[in-house]
Amino acid sequence: MEAVSRKYSHKNTGWRLFLATIFARAYPRIVGQQREISWLVFDLIMPMLGVTAYVFVYRALNAPEEYVGFVVMGGAMTAFWMNILWSMSSQLYWEKEQGNLALYIMAPNSMMAILLGMALGGMLATALRALVVTLFGIFIFGVTYTVSSYLQLFLVFMLAMIALYGMGMMMASAFLLFGREAWHMANLAQEPVFLASGFYFPIKSLPFWVAAGASIIPLTLGMDAMRQLVFPSGFQFGFLDVNIEIGILLVLSISFVTIAKFLLAYIEKIAVREGRVTESRR
Amino acid sequence: MQPTISWRSFRMAAWLGWLIESNWTDPFLFAVYSIVKPISGAAILVVMYSIISGGNFDNAMFPYIYLGNAFYIYVGAVMTGVSWAVVDDREHYKTLKYMYIAPIHIPLYLLGRGVARFVTGSIAVFITLAAGILFLNVKINFAEVDWLLFFVTLILGVVMLALLGLLLAGVTLTVARHEGFIGEATAGALYIFSGAIFPLDVLPEWLRPIGYFMPTTYWLELLRRSLIGNVAEIFPTLAGFSNLEILGVLFGLSVLFGAVSIWVFRYCDAIARERGLIDRTTNY
Repeated sequence: MEAVSRKYSHKNTGWRLFLATIFARAYPRIVGQQREISWLVFDLIMPMLGVTAYVFVYRALNAPEEYVGFVVMGGAMTAFWMNILWSMSSQLYWEKEQGNLALYIMAPNSMMAILLGMALGGMLATALRALVVTLFGIFIFGVTYTVSSYLQLFLVFMLAMIALYGMGMMMASAFLLFGREAWHMANLAQEPVFLASGFYFPIKSLPFWVAAGASIIPLTLGMDAMRQLVFPSGFQFGFLDVNIEIGILLVLSISFVTIAKFLLAYIEKIAVREGRVTESRR
Repeated sequence: MQPTISWRSFRMAAWLGWLIESNWTDPFLFAVYSIVKPISGAAILVVMYSIISGGNFDNAMFPYIYLGNAFYIYVGAVMTGVSWAVVDDREHYKTLKYMYIAPIHIPLYLLGRGVARFVTGSIAVFITLAAGILFLNVKINFAEVDWLLFFVTLILGVVMLALLGLLLAGVTLTVARHEGFIGEATAGALYIFSGAIFPLDVLPEWLRPIGYFMPTTYWLELLRRSLIGNVAEIFPTLAGFSNLEILGVLFGLSVLFGAVSIWVFRYCDAIARERGLIDRTTNY
């Protein structure tokens, strides 16, 4: 009895446990990045040069300067897509291979909190990468931003992020069911998504139904709306009205987070019942 | 080192790499996977080009971009194939330590692991080229192609890229696994300095010397010249050089980069052994 009444023996429950789990999973990622900063070179600087190549393609084609801005914004947003793809979705599969997944499921915490912790832990590198690309665009390529509505811009960004990370959680569950295919599926979700979501050109340039189909990926409408809001001539290149895009992003956010919750609960259930999900099959 | 050990290390690693790359799914899905990724990468540039040019694919700039991008697939594939094997074996399968104590030659083992990516990369390059010829009016007259120059350049370039991959494998041995892929990140960086999708003249003058120092610049130029010589020679970047001169520069730079790569790998390998990094796992 004396042992359980000691200072460190109390148990967090409810939202305290949720927050503690987020912090606990984010901690090793943040600390790990501080202990070895090689990621700055390979995750930050080199991809930025890759984005620069697309800028020079537009320059070589004598494209209007707006397109340089579009590429820079797309390049910045790739950081978020890569983050959910490699640091969330396929990370859960990697955790399984390492033997951590079984511990996550055994522990009395929420899987959503674990995934949010991963996202938050990776956010340092992600946000820094997005920021560096944006600043690079401003100072090196002379990209100028003229925000027409800060409120709408804030709403679009936040909703796009909620929907995107909700999607990341959904994908994490699905990737666990894939097994070894997960790695390849994540790999496959790069270029096709960069193409369909218009990371380097306005989505309006694609046929309507292709663009409409690609809108299931939150960054498609998020980027389209942000381009309309931060570039003076952005409205000419907009796929849909910004308010409609905000509405769709809201629906996507609610849907993805809800589905993710159910999917994670389902994964947890079959992991406990069948004991197969946490099994590493190489 | 016995030649049989070298050959066995390379051959078995190539077979192992191929199994890892291909047996995760059924052949149909693998074929779809092999097609969709490269086609999408090329399609990004095609869409960018068509938006600005209004769909005029007859301009010499289009085949320049398209062919450069198609062959650039090798850069990412081969370099990543060799360097990713370190992460895969060390942190995923946890077998790198066993490889180190087995009677094999580690650099050749890693180079062998890159062969699978070279094969899948070749499929991607072929599909991309075929799509360009069939659907996008990329005009390659097969009767006029300089096949000798093409194959000599291709083989020399792939060997050069594999050795660069070895350099990156050495670096990978000494760093933690973060989310990215060192090979692909480096390929992304080289994209800008190799004249892959735009002539080097578009770069600011002070950046161009970096491009002139990269073997990939000469490699891509020769591949373009061998396939569409009359179109490739329009661009002024290397217009003053003959094919033989460019081949000589490519050979010289390949030897130089190859020597540096081997030295860097040995250096990093020694550090990794000394610091106990051969079986380190980093799961952030």
